[in-house]
Amino acid sequence: MKKIIHLDSIEKRFADTVVVPSFSLSIEEGEFLTLLGPSGCGKTTLLRMIAGFEQPTTGEIFLDEKPLSHVPPYQRDMNMVFQQYALFPHMTVEQNILFGLKMKKVNAAEQQKRLEEVLQYVQLTELRKRTPKQLSGGQQQRVAIARAIINNPRVLLLDEPLGALDYQLRKSLQLELKNLQKNLGITFIYVTHDQEEAMAMSDRIAVMNKGRIEQIASPAEIYNSPQTLFVATFIGENNIFRENGTNAAIRPEKIKLYPIDSDKDKHKKLGTIADAVFLGNLRKVFIRLEGQDMTVMAHQYAGDGLDWQVGEQVAIGWAQTDEVILPC
Amino acid sequence: MLNKKPVKLLALPALLWMGALFVLPMLMIAVLSFLKRGTYGQVVYEFTLNNYIRIFDPLYGQIFWDTLVVAVLTTVFSILCGYPLAYYISRLEKSTQQIWLLLVMIPFWINFLVRSYAWVIILRSQGVINTFLQSLGIISEPLPLLYNSGSVLLGMVYTLMPFMVLPIYVSLEQMDRRKLEAAYDLGATPWKAFWHVTLPMTKTGVVTGSILVFVSSIGMFVVPDVMGGAKSALIGNVIQNQFLSARDWPFGSALSIVLMLLSMLLILLYFRATKASETKEGSA
Repeated sequence: MKKIIHLDSIEKRFADTVVVPSFSLSIEEGEFLTLLGPSGCGKTTLLRMIAGFEQPTTGEIFLDEKPLSHVPPYQRDMNMVFQQYALFPHMTVEQNILFGLKMKKVNAAEQQKRLEEVLQYVQLTELRKRTPKQLSGGQQQRVAIARAIINNPRVLLLDEPLGALDYQLRKSLQLELKNLQKNLGITFIYVTHDQEEAMAMSDRIAVMNKGRIEQIASPAEIYNSPQTLFVATFIGENNIFRENGTNAAIRPEKIKLYPIDSDKDKHKKLGTIADAVFLGNLRKVFIRLEGQDMTVMAHQYAGDGLDWQVGEQVAIGWAQTDEVILPC
Repeated sequence: MLNKKPVKLLALPALLWMGALFVLPMLMIAVLSFLKRGTYGQVVYEFTLNNYIRIFDPLYGQIFWDTLVVAVLTTVFSILCGYPLAYYISRLEKSTQQIWLLLVMIPFWINFLVRSYAWVIILRSQGVINTFLQSLGIISEPLPLLYNSGSVLLGMVYTLMPFMVLPIYVSLEQMDRRKLEAAYDLGATPWKAFWHVTLPMTKTGVVTGSILVFVSSIGMFVVPDVMGGAKSALIGNVIQNQFLSARDWPFGSALSIVLMLLSMLLILLYFRATKASETKEGSA
């Protein structure tokens, strides 16, 4: 695959505070890359540097091997879908979508042709004469995407595009966005704090914490082999056992529960059931360990025949291969 | 939940104030305009339409026209000078903004008449500018800077500018900057982004400012009096004269009523025009 964007020793400081410490990163053509992290981790700053709204303090960003530091945002061959969409309230859906082509002085016939295509693509043909105020959140989101993709950008930057929508809608739009990206073959750089979203859509996820990229890998790798304690605890749920200067992380679904008088060879620790929460397809069981100030969480799937009661004594165990050893 | 009744009472002081000091006097003026003037300037309680017929005298027509021209020009120049200033202020750091806004408002704290006379000192034949230019030898005769329509316009724009700057500043402040970034992102140069996004989105501020400036300038009499001299009488001066010197209250009232209706009509037309341009943009 061909590199489309390359960040070379990028660093961002605001006054004397380092917001994004120096790092390098390459993004491949046609890739769906997600910048994932808690709020304030620098992911939006990073996206805004790529878009050109912020200048990196040091380092250079390349698009197709051309340096971008002296290219203003309006000359960069990429488009952004903003948080809260930033639609123009004084323009109709149509005018919003055509704005980019008008600015680039694309001829009228071409404008109309692309408009019809895009409207159809995002299913807004019937709402074309409305203003953003007359649209629902999901519809506004489609306008924002249409307004960006009509320009056939090399890269689409998305800043928490689903953040303002309710859960159900977000779920269905995640799949739509993923399909859109596949069909158009555009490189997506997607910013979110929602790990489920990141998991569902990305080719690669860059997990960010305090401005640093902690790990960049496929969703499965991020989940199964986290490289840092932050990644292990931020992505999904995890039990961290601190022993002899190392951390061992074991996912709740890998933890097995045994009655204390059977399978003694598989027991690793003993404890008491502190709580059990029913969640439909699974039960989250919390086990207070004996002689240790720690609560372990285990997932129990329906139909395993074991119905744990609060206060019961229990033994826990796991396969050695499910242990992920992390540096402290 | 809040009980509606006590909340309503909160509007009462303002309503009483406006009723006693605005609505009642306006009604009195309206009634006065249909009455006659006695020989010694007293009001004679007889119905007449003569006051209104007199307004159609070309003399007054000309003054009305001059007043409107000055008011429109004042509004236009206030936009041309006020918008860039408001824009500049809105782009400053928050703390610096406060200082600039204060500077915009400070003239309000100084008496209006004093400020107008300050201009006279600057502009008159032996004034600051003429003396300075003469001492440099650039001019031999003093320039006629005062007592013409230009000086009236200068004074009006100077006096009314804050009414333009403040509403525009407010609408610029309320504007979401991300809309501007979106415009840049879509390929708009800074100038195009201003023209297609910032300006239309801050139109409310311009409209509000224009109405404030226009209405204030149409009734203004101190500035034309002090800076315009006898030649540049505007309708405000004529009305003032009718009440104070000519002692013809009924005619002064009729002029006031016509002036008021005229401004209302013009504001209505202005609203229509700005609305129309909006729908035109909307369908283009």
